[in-house]
Amino acid sequence: MDVLIKRKKGILWILFVSFFRIGAFTWGGGYAMVPLIQRELVQKKELMNDDDFINILSIAQSFPGAIAVNTAGLVGNRLAGFPGLLVAILGSVIPSFIIMILAATLLFHYGDLVLVQRFFRGATPAIVALIATGIFSIAKRAFKQRFDLILSGVLFVLVLVFDFHPFWIILIGALTGLVRKS
Amino acid sequence: MIYFHLFLAFVRIGFLAFGGGIAVLPLIQKEIVDTYQWLTTTQFLDLVTLSELTPGPIAINSATFVGYKIGGVFGAAIATGSFCLPSIGFILFISKFLSAFEGNDKVQKIMKGLRPSVIALMSLAGYSIAQNGIIDWFAVGLSAVSFILVWKNIIDPIFMLILAGLAGMFYYR
Repeated sequence: MDVLIKRKKGILWILFVSFFRIGAFTWGGGYAMVPLIQRELVQKKELMNDDDFINILSIAQSFPGAIAVNTAGLVGNRLAGFPGLLVAILGSVIPSFIIMILAATLLFHYGDLVLVQRFFRGATPAIVALIATGIFSIAKRAFKQRFDLILSGVLFVLVLVFDFHPFWIILIGALTGLVRKS
Repeated sequence: MIYFHLFLAFVRIGFLAFGGGIAVLPLIQKEIVDTYQWLTTTQFLDLVTLSELTPGPIAINSATFVGYKIGGVFGAAIATGSFCLPSIGFILFISKFLSAFEGNDKVQKIMKGLRPSVIALMSLAGYSIAQNGIIDWFAVGLSAVSFILVWKNIIDPIFMLILAGLAGMFYYR
């Protein structure tokens, strides 16, 4: 019993530290974090094997939320139940939280500086480019079927011209996916 | 009251945030800029840039930023926590029915069906950011160059962002 409790405390700490490190040192979120999580949990800490990890990863993408947070929660939950879930999610979120508060404070103080404004003005076109690469990499897989291409266009018109709430766009996609044959 | 609205807004965003990464931006724009008007479009652009420049998931960074601006550190905690709540709910739900969920055909079909939705929503985000952020030929060129360099994996996205920012500092004198 004692050993079990000790082990459990140990695992909570390991979960927290692992996901803290992942949260603090990966930029961009989403899939950028996947290899880091794998190295940390599968290779370094040996908390699970590759098959387990791939399983968890595919589940983490099948419901909404940040992929890093979903992965952290699933891993924590599997290894140490609900406390594990909370500790892993906290670990993955806290670095972002602290750094963002510092960054936002700086922006609120120095945002009026001309140099800062020029920096953001230059960065915005690059943001558009980043979003475009994101769209392209999904489209590369999705547009193998003409139906997906047309549906994307229709949904884009619905959301842009007719101001549909994203909820309906998500719902339409989910339902058509469910109904379609392939 | 403001905390309650932050809670509502970010639970909604968390519940619809399929696709990960920047796919969450249109949802945030809808709730934060259009519905609640907590940020202007320009402030939203700054938020996006800042969220990309700082480590961690973009959704978490955005939630923290908006919450902090609207309700201080406590507001930031509410917004970030609320965004995570749907995830936690789904994980608890899924772990009860894990065997039914793993490799489930219907789940796979829904995920595939969501691709056009994610593409449409991301296109909307790109379009509205471009509308406000690409204001002259310099920006057009910068955007095109950034796209090629990042798409061809020549430059890391974050590094590209910093370079573009520096270019802006020199050009917009």
